[in-house]
Amino acid sequence: MSKDVAMSSPADRNASTDGVIVIDHLVKTFGSVRAVDDLSFTVRPGRVTGFLGPNGAGKTTTLRILLGLVAPTAGTATIGGTTYGQVTPPMRAVGAALEAASFHPGRSALDHLRVYAPQAGVSDARCREVLAFVGLDTVAGRRAGGFSLGMRQRLALATTLLGDPPVLLLDEPANGLDPEGIAWLRLLLRHLAAEGRTVLVSSHVLSEVEQTVDDVVIIARGRLVHSSSLAELASLAEPSVRVRSPNAAGLVALITAAGWADRVEPAVVGQPGVAVIHRVTAPEIGARAFAAGLELHELVPRDVGLEGIFLRLVGEDAGVEVAEPHLEAGAAR
Amino acid sequence: MNAALRTEYRKLVTTRLWWILLLSMAAYMAFLAGIMAFALTQDPASLTGGVPGADPAAPMTPEAVARTIYTLATSLGYVFPVIVGAMAMTSEFRHQTITPTLLAEPSRTVFLTAKMLSSVPVGLLFGVVGTAATVGAGAGVLALLGKPAYLTDPIVLRSAALSVLALTVWTVVGVGFGALVTSQVAVIVIMLAFTQFVEPILRIVMGLFDWSEGISKYLPGAAGEAITGSSLYAGSGMAAGLLPSWLGFVTLLGYAIVFALIGRLTTLRHDIT
Repeated sequence: MSKDVAMSSPADRNASTDGVIVIDHLVKTFGSVRAVDDLSFTVRPGRVTGFLGPNGAGKTTTLRILLGLVAPTAGTATIGGTTYGQVTPPMRAVGAALEAASFHPGRSALDHLRVYAPQAGVSDARCREVLAFVGLDTVAGRRAGGFSLGMRQRLALATTLLGDPPVLLLDEPANGLDPEGIAWLRLLLRHLAAEGRTVLVSSHVLSEVEQTVDDVVIIARGRLVHSSSLAELASLAEPSVRVRSPNAAGLVALITAAGWADRVEPAVVGQPGVAVIHRVTAPEIGARAFAAGLELHELVPRDVGLEGIFLRLVGEDAGVEVAEPHLEAGAAR
Repeated sequence: MNAALRTEYRKLVTTRLWWILLLSMAAYMAFLAGIMAFALTQDPASLTGGVPGADPAAPMTPEAVARTIYTLATSLGYVFPVIVGAMAMTSEFRHQTITPTLLAEPSRTVFLTAKMLSSVPVGLLFGVVGTAATVGAGAGVLALLGKPAYLTDPIVLRSAALSVLALTVWTVVGVGFGALVTSQVAVIVIMLAFTQFVEPILRIVMGLFDWSEGISKYLPGAAGEAITGSSLYAGSGMAAGLLPSWLGFVTLLGYAIVFALIGRLTTLRHDIT
């Protein structure tokens, strides 16, 4: 990656900015609400970074500050060492799609791109090219007002790609896409990152992007709660095991003797002979049960999953951790 | 700036609004010109007879009648270019395209300037079509009635040409007003109420008193008419006379610039959320 920002030609994608996004002690208050509260993190090129947090965590505000649409109360947000718009034309430096589906409903998909083409410094042919790239070439002449949410997402993505920028900022791009569309988006984002681009994707659901992202930045209530690679996030997972025994009293005795009483999940306490025990592995329980001569009918390690870690980190774990495994997928939606 | 201009121009011409309004204006202007050509040549006093305190209505000369008809678009039809200009700005906020707009052009001053300048060719088109509709229908009815149409009179033609200029400036005023009041519904309601109702009444009422007569000439509609040098209101004796043509131009353009400046310092200084 070249650091030579000012001298590079616009056509040389990787040289126009070094592509590192730096959020540094960023603060934004709306009245008495601290929407972004002393937030700092870094996003690197060549990787897909998930920008995660529950709705209202401050993701969109952070992105809008980064894009110069909202003025920060304090701190800085830079892309490639400069604030947005310093590298011109901006559409060649950064491609951004924010959550609001921002189309004039009476304008056709192709005309929507043609409107921005002069500012991206590209031809009508490039507009058709990106439209085909996102799979909208067959509806190029149709007005965007009649598009489904998934088609709008594709058109928004086409707009960001118009100037072939080295940095992509996408706010909830998977929202409204069908499973096929999500799989397509995943491949596309991985491909764009593999080309050396910086790809920042926001989402309020980790499971939506966990197969796409390399790194995660997790915020809640405007503050950073976690920033690492996805692998490091996974290492935060705590083991948890479901145990069932025909000898309910024996199971309680075993748990008490092992000192695990405070690790038993409350929701299944009421079911005699069944317990879900956290922060203990199946072999540990199995060994103790064997030693105590306790008959076990189930000894099932439960996959907490990244979503569980995510929800615990953002402080919304209560609702899901007590749910039965088959309900978790639904609760995390 | 060049790219911003091309972008803003493409925005204007890639939706249906402009030609729907253009056709509406052409039809409305042709209708009014036909009616007025008939009314003004039949009984000019009937237009003013009911206004108390006004000078006794002097019959308009045939030349003044022709000029009044050929500049009707400036007197009664300017609401169309104003709305086209205003909606160019308000639709950005209504459809939230202001976000991608400012991503593509982060300088809000460049954006607003490009928006105003890009409306000029569209305004010219409205001016040409609106004026042509009044001249076409007006001259047609005058000819049918056996009255002189003055289509070769340089003063009459100059008024018609200046009507094109006035309507163009009105489009820019619309863009400025849209930057000031970004709500589409509010803009349309204010525009229709002010141009079709409030200002005509203000001009007539203010024209009745010495102290307010001079001020009424600086109302935007009066300034627009002044550009052409002909006025339905003044010519028929309903309102005060007109400013000189150049001062009318400066005054109307002044409205556009003041609206835009206030819009730049309010709407376009705020966070775009």
